[in-house]
Amino acid sequence: MSNEIAVQHGVIPHEVHEHHDVHHHHETFITKYVFSQDHKMIAKQFLITGIIWAIIGGLMSVLFRIQLGYPDVSLPWLEDIFGHWAKDGKIQPEFYYALGTMHGTILVFFVLTAGLSGTFANLLIPYQVGARDMASPFMNMLSYWFFVLASVIIMASLFVQTGPASGGWTVYPPLSALGDASQGSKIGMDLWLVAMAMFVVSQLLGGLNYVSTILNMRTKGMTMTRLPLTVWAILFTALLGILSFPVLFSGFILLLFDRHLGTSFYLSDIVLGGNILPNEGGSPILYQHLFWFLGHPEVYIIILPTMGLVSEVMSINARKPIFGYMAMIASMFAIALLAFLVWAHHMFVTGMNPFLGSVFVLLTLLIAVPSAIKVFNWLTTLWRGNIRFTPGMLFCVGFVSMFISGGLTGIFVGNSTLDMHLHDTYFVIAHFHIVMGVSAFMGMFAGVYHWFPKMYGRYMNNTLGYIHFWVTLVCAYVIFWPMHYEGFAGMPRRYYDYSGWESFKHFVELNRVISFAAILSFLVQLLFVYNFFYSIFKGRKVTSQNPWGANTLEWTTPIRPGHGNWPGEIPEVHRWAYDYGKDGKDFIPQTEPVGKDESTH
Amino acid sequence: MSTHVPAGYKWWTGGKSPYNVSYGKLMMWIFLLSDTFTFGALLISYGTIRVSQNYWPDPNHVFNAFPLMGHTNLPLAFVSLMTFILIMSSVTMVLAVHEGHKRNRAGVEKWLLWTILGGSLFLSCQAWEWTHMITGSHAVLIDGQIKEIGATITQNPYGAAVPGLMHDGHQVTTPGPVGFGGFFFGITGFHGFHVFSGVCLLVLALVWTRIGKFDNLGHYEMIEKIGLYWHFVDLVWVFVFLCFYLI
Repeated sequence: MSNEIAVQHGVIPHEVHEHHDVHHHHETFITKYVFSQDHKMIAKQFLITGIIWAIIGGLMSVLFRIQLGYPDVSLPWLEDIFGHWAKDGKIQPEFYYALGTMHGTILVFFVLTAGLSGTFANLLIPYQVGARDMASPFMNMLSYWFFVLASVIIMASLFVQTGPASGGWTVYPPLSALGDASQGSKIGMDLWLVAMAMFVVSQLLGGLNYVSTILNMRTKGMTMTRLPLTVWAILFTALLGILSFPVLFSGFILLLFDRHLGTSFYLSDIVLGGNILPNEGGSPILYQHLFWFLGHPEVYIIILPTMGLVSEVMSINARKPIFGYMAMIASMFAIALLAFLVWAHHMFVTGMNPFLGSVFVLLTLLIAVPSAIKVFNWLTTLWRGNIRFTPGMLFCVGFVSMFISGGLTGIFVGNSTLDMHLHDTYFVIAHFHIVMGVSAFMGMFAGVYHWFPKMYGRYMNNTLGYIHFWVTLVCAYVIFWPMHYEGFAGMPRRYYDYSGWESFKHFVELNRVISFAAILSFLVQLLFVYNFFYSIFKGRKVTSQNPWGANTLEWTTPIRPGHGNWPGEIPEVHRWAYDYGKDGKDFIPQTEPVGKDESTH
Repeated sequence: MSTHVPAGYKWWTGGKSPYNVSYGKLMMWIFLLSDTFTFGALLISYGTIRVSQNYWPDPNHVFNAFPLMGHTNLPLAFVSLMTFILIMSSVTMVLAVHEGHKRNRAGVEKWLLWTILGGSLFLSCQAWEWTHMITGSHAVLIDGQIKEIGATITQNPYGAAVPGLMHDGHQVTTPGPVGFGGFFFGITGFHGFHVFSGVCLLVLALVWTRIGKFDNLGHYEMIEKIGLYWHFVDLVWVFVFLCFYLI
C-alpha cells in the first residue's frame, strides 16, 4: 500500500485487540461463561441453547406422533405427566394443536435459525475472516441474551393455564387475532408474539454484526473471493434476515393491535360464538403476505448456512477444491435474491389472481436453477475425490441426498396447478421437512462434528457418530417418504385423528410405521446429545493444531485459543481456501504465499 | 477527511475497511435499510387496505385544523408546519455533524440543542394533532341515530356525507372505514416513537459531548451515526406525509 493515502489500516482490529487484552486478565466466571463477549463462547452458548430447544421440540413431535400412530391407545403415564392435557392417557385435541404449533415454532426459529446461524456465524466469521472478534462483541452478547429472553418467554407460554399458541406456527388471523376463538389464542398467543419480537431484535443485532464483520474486518489479503463459502453463506443469510424479519415484525405489531386495541387490520365480517364482531375492512390475507415475506426467506435463512458448512466440510474431506467456487457464490446470490420474490407460492389457494399466481410459479421454479447448480457442484466435488468418511463428511453426503429428494418435490408444490391438490396435505409436510428440516440438521451435524475439535479441543466419538448418521438417514426417509403417498391421496395435515375418516383410515398402519421411525430417530438424536456432552469433558484430546488438514484460518490458531484468537499478529492471507491436492501437495493453507512456479487455480 | 485516493486502488483486499467506513457507521446504514422494510411493510399494508375500500376520507377535510384558530378551514397548514420543523431539525443536525468534524465542542452542543428542540416541537405538534382528532366531535349517523364522535383506532367519523342531513349547522356523515384510524395512529405513532428515540439519543449525545467524551475519543463519529438515524426518520416522515396527507 502506498503511503500517500491515509486509510484506516488495521485500526479497527487493533482497537478490538487492545480492548480484549485489557479484559483478558481479570475474567470472572460471569464474564467468561455467562455474559461473555467472546465470539467462541457465544457460539457455544447458542449451540447448547439450540440443542436444548431441539430436544424439547423433538419431544413434542414424538408426542403428537404417538397420537397419530396409536390414536386408540391409552397411555396413563401421559396423564401422570401432562394432567388434563392428556386426560385418560390420550393426548387431547388442544394439546395436539399446541404441540404441532410449538414444534414448528421451536424448530424453525429457535433451533434452525438462532441455534444454527448463531452458532456457526459466531464461531466461524471471526475465525475464517481473520479477526480477533466480532465488530461489536457487546452487541453480539446482547444478541444472545435477547434470544434467551425470547426463549424464556416462549418456555413460559408452555406453562400457562390455557396453553401456548396453537393455531399453527404461521399464526394466521383471525384465529390468532381473537382471544375467544380458541384456547391457544389467549395469553399463550401474546407470549408467542412478544417472544418472537424479542427474537427479531436478537436476529437484527446478530445480523448487523455478521455483515459488518465480514465486510470490514477481513485480515490483510482476505479478498471477498478468498473467503471460504461458509462465510459467504452466512453473509447472504444475515442479509436475508436483516431485510425480511422487520416485515414480520410489522405484521406482528398490527396483529397485537388487532388483539388488544380493537383495530381491524386483519379482521372483517366475523361471527364468533354467535356474536357479530364490529371489525370491518381488514384482510387476513394481508397478514399472510406480511408473514410469508419473512416466511419464505426464512427457509433460506435455515438452509443457506448449511450449504456453506457442507461445501467447506465436503471439500476438506474429499481432499479436492470445491467445484465451481464462483458458481457457488453466484447461485447463493441468486437464491438470496429469488427468496424475496416467491413468497406468494405459499398462498396459491387464497383466491389469488391466477395470473399473479403464474408469475410466482415462474419465479419459484427459477430457484431450481441455482439449487441444481449447487447440487452438481457438490457431486463433482465428490467425484474422484480422495474421500475421508468422517462423521462430518457422511452428514455432508446425507445433506446432498436429502436436498435432492426434497428439492424435487419442491417443483411439484411450486406449481400452482398441482398445489391446488397438494396444498395442506402430508405431501407438503414431507417436502419441507426433507428439504429444510432434515437437510438443515444434516448440514448442522456436519458442522458440529467437524468444528467440535476447534470448539472444545476434543473429538466427538466416531462410532457413535456413524450410528447417529445411519439411523438418522434411514429414519428420515422412512418417516417422510410415505408421507408423499399420503399427501397424493389427499390426506390433510394438522388433523387430530385419521382413523375415523373413510378416505384416510387405511393409512393408520402406515402412520404407525412413521411414528415408530420418528420415535427411533428421536432416541438416536439423544445419542448425539450424549456424545456431544460426554466429548466436551471426556472426548479424545486434539493434539495437532490442524487435525483435518484444512486450509482456513481457524486452524492456524492454538488448539485452545484465548480471547483474541491468535496470540501474535493476525496471519496474512495469500490464496483462496480450497487449494487441496494441488501441485502434488495434499493441502496448502491460506496463509502460505503463492510460490513462483505455482500453477494458478 | 477528503483524502486523495489513486484510481484503481483496491479497497476489498482485506486488512482495512472497504471505502474507509467504520463498522459502526456500516451497522447504522444496514440497520436503516432494515428499518426501511419495517416502515415499507406498514405503508404497503396501509395501501392495500385503503385501495380495497369503496370510500376513503379526503385528507384536506380531515387535517384542516390549526391550534388557536377555532374552526377556520386551513387544509394541511398544521402538518406543513410540522414537516417544516422536522426538516429544519435535519438542517441543524447537519450543522452539528459539521461542527463535529471540526471538533468544535461548543458548536456541536449548540446545534444538538437546536435539533433536540426541533424534535421535541415536532412531537408536541403530533400530540396536539392526535388529541384534536381523538377528542373532536363530528356528527355521524350510526344505526339511525346522530352521534358526535372523534377519530380513534376503532371508529372513523370521516365518512361520506348524508345528503340533506344537518346537525347543529354541520353536515352529518356516515362512519368512515375504521382502517383509517388504525393505520393513521399506528404508523404516525410508530414514526413518532422513532422521533422520540432519536431525541433520547440526541440528549445522550449532548451529555456525552458536554462531559468531553468525544474530545477524549478524538472524534465525533457518534454524532454522525445519530445524524444518519435522524435524517432517516426525517425521510420516513416525507413518505408518511405523502401517504396520509397528500394522497
